[in-house]
Amino acid sequence: MKQELICIRCPFGCRLSAEWNGNFENLKITGNQCPRGAAYARQELCDPRRIVTAVVACNSKEQPYAPVRTDRELPKNLIAPLLNTLYRMRVDIPVKMGDIFIENFQDSNVNVIFSSTIKR
Amino acid sequence: MIQEESFDIAVIGAGAAGLAAAAETSSAGKTTLVIDREDHPGGILRQCIHNGFGLRYFKEELTGPEYAERFTEKALKAGAKIRSGTSVTSLVKEADGTFTLIALSSREGVRKIHARAVILAMGCGERSRGNIAVPGSRPAGVFTAGAAQKLLNTEGILPGKKAVIVGSGDIGLIMARRLSWTGIEVKAVVEIMPYPAGLVRNIVQCLDDFGIPLYLEHSVVNILGRERVEGVEIAPFSGGIPQMEQKFQVECDTVLFSVGLIPENELSRSAGVKLNPSTGGPLVDSNYETTVPGIFAGGNVLHVHDLADFVSEEAENAAKMAVRRLDGEDCGEKNPVKVESNLKYVIPNTYQSGRKTRFAFRSLIVSNQAELEAELNGKVIWKKHYSTVRPSEMILVELDGKLLQEKGELIFRLKKGE
Ligand SMILES: Cc1cc2nc3c(=O)[nH]c(=O)nc-3n(C[C@H](O)[C@H](O)[C@H](O)COP(=O)(O)OP(=O)(O)OC[C@H]3O[C@@H](n4cnc5c(N)ncnc54)[C@H](O)[C@@H]3O)c2cc1C
Ligand code: SF4
Repeated sequence: MKQELICIRCPFGCRLSAEWNGNFENLKITGNQCPRGAAYARQELCDPRRIVTAVVACNSKEQPYAPVRTDRELPKNLIAPLLNTLYRMRVDIPVKMGDIFIENFQDSNVNVIFSSTIKR
Repeated sequence: MIQEESFDIAVIGAGAAGLAAAAETSSAGKTTLVIDREDHPGGILRQCIHNGFGLRYFKEELTGPEYAERFTEKALKAGAKIRSGTSVTSLVKEADGTFTLIALSSREGVRKIHARAVILAMGCGERSRGNIAVPGSRPAGVFTAGAAQKLLNTEGILPGKKAVIVGSGDIGLIMARRLSWTGIEVKAVVEIMPYPAGLVRNIVQCLDDFGIPLYLEHSVVNILGRERVEGVEIAPFSGGIPQMEQKFQVECDTVLFSVGLIPENELSRSAGVKLNPSTGGPLVDSNYETTVPGIFAGGNVLHVHDLADFVSEEAENAAKMAVRRLDGEDCGEKNPVKVESNLKYVIPNTYQSGRKTRFAFRSLIVSNQAELEAELNGKVIWKKHYSTVRPSEMILVELDGKLLQEKGELIFRLKKGE
């Protein structure tokens, strides 16, 4: 098997080429300018993940929506379930930047944290 | 009676630029006031809830609000005062060389602020549809991408159900993903140029991930609908001319325009600051000082940046120079810096002989092989090879003071390779 990919780990956007047999055996990656590119290609082919950011309704008078993000990349197939969960939730202030909002979402080892401190 | 206050330095705007500048001047011991019309400091960063900020400055990937909060803390810790919800409506240089600002807020009314130096950090505004002239009626549902981003990310207001985005810059691409994640169907992104304006990584993670089609060398030639947008007509362009016989219709209720940013300089102009027509921002010397001595500028008010980290760095440099100026340092001579072939502009517009200087450029061309060269008094003094140049990516270089010993005229040019 062969597939072309674009690395999204940094703004260079290297064009990668991946070749493998069967179930990602002997995976060979070329075109990357740094080792992160190879790691990205392997991840993207075997278990694609993304950082997810969103806003959640909040009971603050000053800021009706609180920005949140995953603290690391989340498997792509969990993005829609996470967003649906977030859109049904409500944030109780006060919250601090970096505080955990959702812990270990569906056993993914990924937490959702606040991107902003909201006091009032 | 109007309340009056005095500071060493007044910073106008509390975005990535203003906060970084204020942190710098305060830690140098100058009393500093930052004034911003929004209710919270951070500027455009607050609405950029996506990640992609701070890789250079903090060595980790942050969201806009996180980047803003870190810099707000930095500025406050250094001792700066931040006054939010306050607009600067006038900036005047007095006969004694100091400045008077009129600041207006709904809470505190009118105040007069006196300062010995001013740093402009007002950011930029968005070009709107009017500026690029798309025909059609003016139904509801037409937004600039930044305005829609602000509505969605700070007020939670969804602009519509089906959207078409005009312009493939990073803001448009980021919005395509943002809309998709809220359940809005993005039917197309159209770009009049033959190449996307944004980063390829954003094409991958904001369009390809969602199967959103990107139409290159196409544009919206008509917006349909009377009260609410009902669709758009899209036509391919060839040699800058729309091919109307090939136009097609896309149904949507929302159109977002992401067609560029312009530095915000009403206030600068009224204070007598000369602007550079190629950037829309002030002309500055190698101290980031404008043509009005004592007024400095940094960030998007000076020229549009792609990375917040560079905005903060530039504003810090401007702030350092403002501090030196207040400490009475002579700012030295000004030798002209110019650009020729394939470069849109250079910042700063002068250099001082013998001093290390950072120059920022925008390319006018797309190329996978290019060489940037500097010529001083007719001699090529420096060259650098680039494996990609494009208008959407700022070029930054630092020239050592040793190269700039001679006084004279410094010219940069970008040569296209094979
Ligand atoms: C949609 C979008 C997405 C982006 N994505 C990224 C990204 O992923 N990564 C990245 O590194 N960079 C990104 N950038 C670029 C970066 O965020 C900006 O270049 C940077 O934050 C601009 O900072 P600034 O301080 O120059 O301007 P701004 O943030 O615009 O701040 C200017 C402030 O001045 C205030 N102001 C203006 N006039 C007055 C006045 N008369 N009185 C009082 N206040 C005034 C404004 O209200 C505003 O708060 C993005 C930019 C945009 C617009
Ligand atoms: S391979 Fe390395 S240099 Fe290339 S885009 Fe990926 S992270 Fe950046």
